[in-house]
Amino acid sequence: MSSTLTPAPVDQAEAAAPHRVSAGLLDPKLIVASLPDAVKKLDPRVMIKNPVMFVVEVGSVVTTVAAIADPSVFAWSITLWLWLTTIFANLAEAVAEGRGKAQAETLRRTKTDAVARRLVNWPTSQAEEEVSGTALRLGDHVVIEAGQTIPGDGDVVEGVASVDESAITGESAPVIRESGGDRSAVTGGTKVLSDRIVVKISSEPGKTFIDRMIALVEGAARQKTPNEIALNILLASLTIVFLIAVCTLQPMATYAGAPQSMIVLVALVVALIPTTIGALLSAIGIAGMDRLVQRNVLAMSGRAVEAAGDVNTLLLDKTGTITLGNRQAAEFQPANGVTVEELADAAQLSSLADETPEGRSIVVLAKTGYGLRARAQGELTHATWVPFTAQTRMSGVDLDEADGVHQVRKGAAGSVAEWVAANGGTVGTDVTDLVQQISGAGGTPLLVAAKIGSAPARALGVIYLKDVVKEGMKERFDELRRMGIRTVMITGDNPLTARAIAEEAGVDDFLAEATPEDKMALIKKEQAGGKLVAMTGDGTNDAPALAQADVGVAMNTGTMAAKEAGNMVDLDSNPTKLIEIVEIGKQLLITRGALTTFSIANDVAKYFAIIPAMFATVYPGLDKLNIMQLHSPESAITSAIVFNALVIIGLIPLALRGVKYRPSDASSLLRRNIGVYGLGGLVVPFVGIKLIDLVVQFIPGLS
Amino acid sequence: MSSTLAGWLQAVALVGALALCYRPLGDHIAKLLTSASHLRVERGLYKVVGVDADADQRWPVYLRSVLAFSAVSVLFLYGLIRLQNHLLLGLGVPEMPAHQAWNTAISFTTNTNWQSYSGEAAMGHLVQMAGLAVQNFVSAAVGIAVVATLIRGFTRNRTDRVGNFWVDLTRIVLRLLLPLSIVFALVLVASGTIQNFHGFHELTTLAGDPQSIPGGPVASQEVIKELGTNGGGFYNANSAHPFENPNGFTNLLEIFLLLLIPFALPRAFGKMVGDHRQGYAIVAVMGLFWVASAALITFFEAQHAGTAAQAAGAAMEGKEQRFGIAASSLFAASTTLTSTGAVNSFHDSYSPFGGGLTIFNMMLGEIAPGGTGSGLYGMLILAIVAVFVAGLMVGRTPEYLGKKLGGREMKFASLYILTTPTIVLVGTGIAMGLPGERAGMLNSGAHGFSEVLYAFTSAANNNGSAFGGITVNTDWYDTALGLAMVFGRFLPMVFVLALAGALARQQPVPATPGTLPTHKPLFVGLLSGVILIVVGLTYFPALALGPIAEGLH
Repeated sequence: MSSTLTPAPVDQAEAAAPHRVSAGLLDPKLIVASLPDAVKKLDPRVMIKNPVMFVVEVGSVVTTVAAIADPSVFAWSITLWLWLTTIFANLAEAVAEGRGKAQAETLRRTKTDAVARRLVNWPTSQAEEEVSGTALRLGDHVVIEAGQTIPGDGDVVEGVASVDESAITGESAPVIRESGGDRSAVTGGTKVLSDRIVVKISSEPGKTFIDRMIALVEGAARQKTPNEIALNILLASLTIVFLIAVCTLQPMATYAGAPQSMIVLVALVVALIPTTIGALLSAIGIAGMDRLVQRNVLAMSGRAVEAAGDVNTLLLDKTGTITLGNRQAAEFQPANGVTVEELADAAQLSSLADETPEGRSIVVLAKTGYGLRARAQGELTHATWVPFTAQTRMSGVDLDEADGVHQVRKGAAGSVAEWVAANGGTVGTDVTDLVQQISGAGGTPLLVAAKIGSAPARALGVIYLKDVVKEGMKERFDELRRMGIRTVMITGDNPLTARAIAEEAGVDDFLAEATPEDKMALIKKEQAGGKLVAMTGDGTNDAPALAQADVGVAMNTGTMAAKEAGNMVDLDSNPTKLIEIVEIGKQLLITRGALTTFSIANDVAKYFAIIPAMFATVYPGLDKLNIMQLHSPESAITSAIVFNALVIIGLIPLALRGVKYRPSDASSLLRRNIGVYGLGGLVVPFVGIKLIDLVVQFIPGLS
Repeated sequence: MSSTLAGWLQAVALVGALALCYRPLGDHIAKLLTSASHLRVERGLYKVVGVDADADQRWPVYLRSVLAFSAVSVLFLYGLIRLQNHLLLGLGVPEMPAHQAWNTAISFTTNTNWQSYSGEAAMGHLVQMAGLAVQNFVSAAVGIAVVATLIRGFTRNRTDRVGNFWVDLTRIVLRLLLPLSIVFALVLVASGTIQNFHGFHELTTLAGDPQSIPGGPVASQEVIKELGTNGGGFYNANSAHPFENPNGFTNLLEIFLLLLIPFALPRAFGKMVGDHRQGYAIVAVMGLFWVASAALITFFEAQHAGTAAQAAGAAMEGKEQRFGIAASSLFAASTTLTSTGAVNSFHDSYSPFGGGLTIFNMMLGEIAPGGTGSGLYGMLILAIVAVFVAGLMVGRTPEYLGKKLGGREMKFASLYILTTPTIVLVGTGIAMGLPGERAGMLNSGAHGFSEVLYAFTSAANNNGSAFGGITVNTDWYDTALGLAMVFGRFLPMVFVLALAGALARQQPVPATPGTLPTHKPLFVGLLSGVILIVVGLTYFPALALGPIAEGLH
């Protein structure tokens, strides 16, 4: 496994708690601010992209002409409300875009024209020249020192620095960027806080990460997603059917002796075509992307967001996603003749010089489990510290006591066993048994040994290090299973360890000793079975797999190669977020389906309002269909049109925030949504139209 | 036995018989559509025609085969009708005008069997047997062949081959329609339906008027008329004629025959897609509509509105005394829901709502259970629309039986549901706008409008039954209704075949708990709702000006 970095400290409860996809805010000020945009969008060349609303606009023009030719209160009310319907639809889209624009504005502010210190002939010479940030080309090298802004995207090729990335992530804690490894990527517009780094520029001007982010949140690069296209086709065909139904109605009505005015025919068309969903469709899509942005995830395309909802298999890296970043000491297991307290004391002493998270966890366990206070290194003046290194794989301390030098060592079982042998001792079978038991259970055994004076060294016992599964993960995986999503844990551990953790965490499957090639093979295998795969990754060697996966979420801390390969970037670099991304993808589709159902179901009530109003004069029996007891034909038709317009405004918040989504299986989701939006869509307009009629009937000319 | 009880017993017997046949017949159809082996006689036929029976076709080729075969059928039938005076067994009937012959040729090739002529007066025995009866077989088989490709679209993966039209056609005729027809023709003959080659008999009626009635090969024609959901009667009176439908038993048998294959096809569908529950869900939706429609029509006809109806005890005008309300209503519901179009009573005389329901039944798109093959593909298209909307509501790209419903699939499904309403409404609208054509109506007001609406609904949906009343053997109606039949039959087929091609190309998506289940009662309810709303909403204004205006007074 490639991930070697220590993830930014994430509040454990926050990371693992089952997030509900929740509401975004709708600012009333935003509505007012979006009005001019909404009016601008009345341009027919823009409107034609939305066939449903284009029909409404054409209808508005027709009624305007008719109202001018033959003015009446009724004609002008219908005309007014038809125009409002069109504007409300544009408003929905403008508001959704407005939120992105606000975000883009913040980003743009970071795009100051930083002056770059370009290294002319690096690494052979250190000569610099000052150029504008926009003059940088792919492959240039620049040097950045504390307090300076990084002039463009690139990879650190020399040095290490702490960088303030709050401009793009909103996270104020600085992050470490260093050459080599998977933490080498830096983003233009972020600020170096300490030290000096040399960066190789990896983007052309105008195509930097921030530029792309701005384009994305502004919706400039927005294309219709496959699913949106399919829905649009269905909506267009329903629109055509209703257009035909109304056009052919006129000769039939004429035969019946009740030819209808143009105003009434247009009103009927607008009432019947699926305006609610037609008006809100693009707002739903924009808002879906926006919800991701609010969670600090950038989707490179709407297609990726949609694919997230369809994902069948989640590949989750063990470290940082399923388990806390590091192993922790769980237990001290003494050798024969040694007490636990002695072992704990020795373990703590030998770990004081071990700054790795594992080492610290040993000190903490000794303190919490056995009341041993962690001594500061300075307290023990007679001590010589042996720090942990990757070569010795041991840490320890030499204490210059009265009875000779006390040497205490702790480290990887093999290394410490060698140390014991080198110092004249042997490791007993009781201890080797303990080591094997711990390995067998998927843990990591650390051996503790001591040598007092000239006596042979002896093993005191074993420390049991184990992976700690994040709280709440099991429930989360159960939830995913109910949604029909299989989780596969990816780990570099051996199969034994992997199995133990997989069982504890409750994932469906695991891939042990995973190499990037294994990961790739697994993705291809799943895809061959028709499944959609989502994964996270950060290293350069993850890039091919990220590109192959249907949803590839690159961590912002990762390399540029990984970020280029994936179709989403998580600015928080929190791999658990993949689960939220899936939920947002699903919520996006559900919102579309729910509003489509609502829109179509609305038509029933509108028929009961309009048909009797049109024909009760010639066929008085049809007045029995006027079950809402609407006041007059004019008030009935007006009420239906007013309701039709108001429902768009009323549903904008829902379109922007998405319908409520709880992870559950398909049947219960369907039952709930049909209940709310199907039956609701049947009933609500009856009530709404009646209420509007109660008001409208008092308008002179409509009564 | 009271007539109510008799009605109930008939309905129960009918449902029981259909249920008994569901599995064996459905399995048989599935087998003949999937089997790799050919009968010897079939091999001989393929050799004569020059068909490579083991090579499957891509959907455009399949479509070309369907269209070419149908075009040849129309030409042949047209020629036969126009030339019958010069051929054997012509019976000396007068020459049919060109527009009527064209209309008739189209009508029988498209499985509509609309008749703007009077069967016994216009057709000799040769045309009846070699022309009309042959089309009764093959037009039914074409429908089943087309639905077979759609099912293969679901069952096949990553291929552009949807089947071989010539093989499907041959097998459906030889292994399904012919054997069933032979068996049931014998039953009909045994029950009193006539089967001979007699010419006209001159008779004197009880009132003393002279009447000439021809004999003919009626039973052989009758059986495929029902079995293939054709409906073109040997006699003008269709199944109300005692030579076609002599008694209560044959009446029930005819209803059974016209429902038999359409109701068994969902089983074949379930078997082919490897999940019988999918078939049960589809047949449940079909059954719901059929039961509800039959019950409602019976209810409206048994109402005693109006003086004449009160005197008779029910709305008996236009119904056979032999059959009564229950058997007539059951026949009316079944024939209009199956695209058959045979009638044993006159729908024009039905009560406004009863007659309105027969129109509405056809407007549903002939899907419950619909015509042979065409019923199932119509229903599957609506299922795709239902799955699309519902699939979004469960948060996934909608998929039906493992196949994703994307833009391409929805395009063809949308065009399908667009086609028939367009033909019906535009046709009716034009007819109502032309004063000359309005004069063809027998009645005025809303009822007169219903007659025109019925005619176009019947033609575009390939039902073929007539409301009656309206005079349609005019140049204009023969042409307009002929066009309605052609477009109403073949445009949907184009879209179904294209859809089959799009589905077969796909790689299947495995089902998970997150997949919308399409075999549960919830889906049955949802699909029924989608059918009612999609159809009801489209036709509501037209229906409001016809039967609803007439019924609510």
